Amino acid sequence: MSQSFAVAQRVRVRNDAPKGHCRTPHYLRGREGVIERAYGAFRNPEQLAYGADGLPKRELYWVRFEQGRLWPGYTGTATDTLVAEIYEHWLERAE
Amino acid sequence: MRGVHDLGGQPIDEEIDRAEHAQTFFEKRVDALMRLLSDPSRGVIRVDELRRGVETLPEKDYFGYSYYERWIHSIRLLLLEKGVVSEDELNRRIEGVRKRLAAESTR
Amino acid sequence: MSGHPHDHHSDHDPHAPVEEVEGPPSEHVLLEIALRELLIEKGLFAAADVTRQIEIMDATTPEQGARLVAKFWTDPAYRQRALADGKAAAAELGIDMSVAPKLVILENTARLHHVVVCTLCSCYPRAVLGLPPAWYKSPAYRARTVKDSRGVLAEFGTSLPDDVEIRVVDSTADCRYLVVPVRPHGSEGMDEAALAGLVTRDTMIGVTLAREP
Repeated sequence: MSQSFAVAQRVRVRNDAPKGHCRTPHYLRGREGVIERAYGAFRNPEQLAYGADGLPKRELYWVRFEQGRLWPGYTGTATDTLVAEIYEHWLERAE
Repeated sequence: MRGVHDLGGQPIDEEIDRAEHAQTFFEKRVDALMRLLSDPSRGVIRVDELRRGVETLPEKDYFGYSYYERWIHSIRLLLLEKGVVSEDELNRRIEGVRKRLAAESTR
Repeated sequence: MSGHPHDHHSDHDPHAPVEEVEGPPSEHVLLEIALRELLIEKGLFAAADVTRQIEIMDATTPEQGARLVAKFWTDPAYRQRALADGKAAAAELGIDMSVAPKLVILENTARLHHVVVCTLCSCYPRAVLGLPPAWYKSPAYRARTVKDSRGVLAEFGTSLPDDVEIRVVDSTADCRYLVVPVRPHGSEGMDEAALAGLVTRDTMIGVTLAREP
């Protein structure tokens, strides 16, 4: 499952619904965006939240989304964007 | 399923209350408690654990409690879970504090 | 006074917190006092440590972040270092970043405006801005900013033209964010201390612009 992504690559946030703690907001699941920046590897918060050591570390990416595609009837402009930090195991390649 | 804390895009279409509030003693003490417990020299509670504890609050409490009230309940949950304090000693202490403060206020 | 280790200190604090409401203490307040007493008795920390943490918190204000912004505006080499590593750039100014998460500096331009929110909790760059304002933690701000950034900015009195991209930054994981606003017109001759005075907490969250001098 572990994979790395390149800046400017198109990705999709996995449309998953795990029971426990995670840092992927619901409104971004299943949505497509572009890798804006690679932040390096961090301990996995989904394990840290339960007292585990969070290893192996997971790559964390800054993913950019187009607001007009996130929200039906978005009233801002076509260039407005949103960025969020998403872990590698929540991302898959998009075409 | 969306967690109670996961608010991005939810239909909470009210105006933002921009009033400034000074921190209360209670808020400062809870914040200090968490800083001490999460300090790497102690490592009792991680911030990820604090969040998990907050997220498991029932919806009525999540929205009924203030920010630091959510924190102190999460800290309680985690300290009990880790066996740092026991439920029995905590409950006894709460009653002791209640009686002491009541006595102080009538003095 | 044993249950309130910092009350004495607060008597001398110009930013003294508001008093608790009159009447019997709430269950939340009793819980905090009980837990703190038990942890002190068990030797996890001392009452003086609580006081010390509150003193550190009181000393951490948005003025720290404003100093960083002013230097960012005036020192091109510092700007480069800050964009590469915000934490190291803050530490250069004597700000204690020892236990702070990664800090990312977001530079606004004539075409790009950042606004920061944390939809999942209330992540905030505490090391450089202090504690977050109440509105930042409110369900309305957390819910609305991601889908209606222009509407939220308007409530803060901020209106941006359509040729400015508004970029909402949802602080979801391990980074904290500080917005460097566009340097205002008419500030050309000002020194760092004066420039810092144009930068407020809200400006560094991204809901307002820097003050015109």
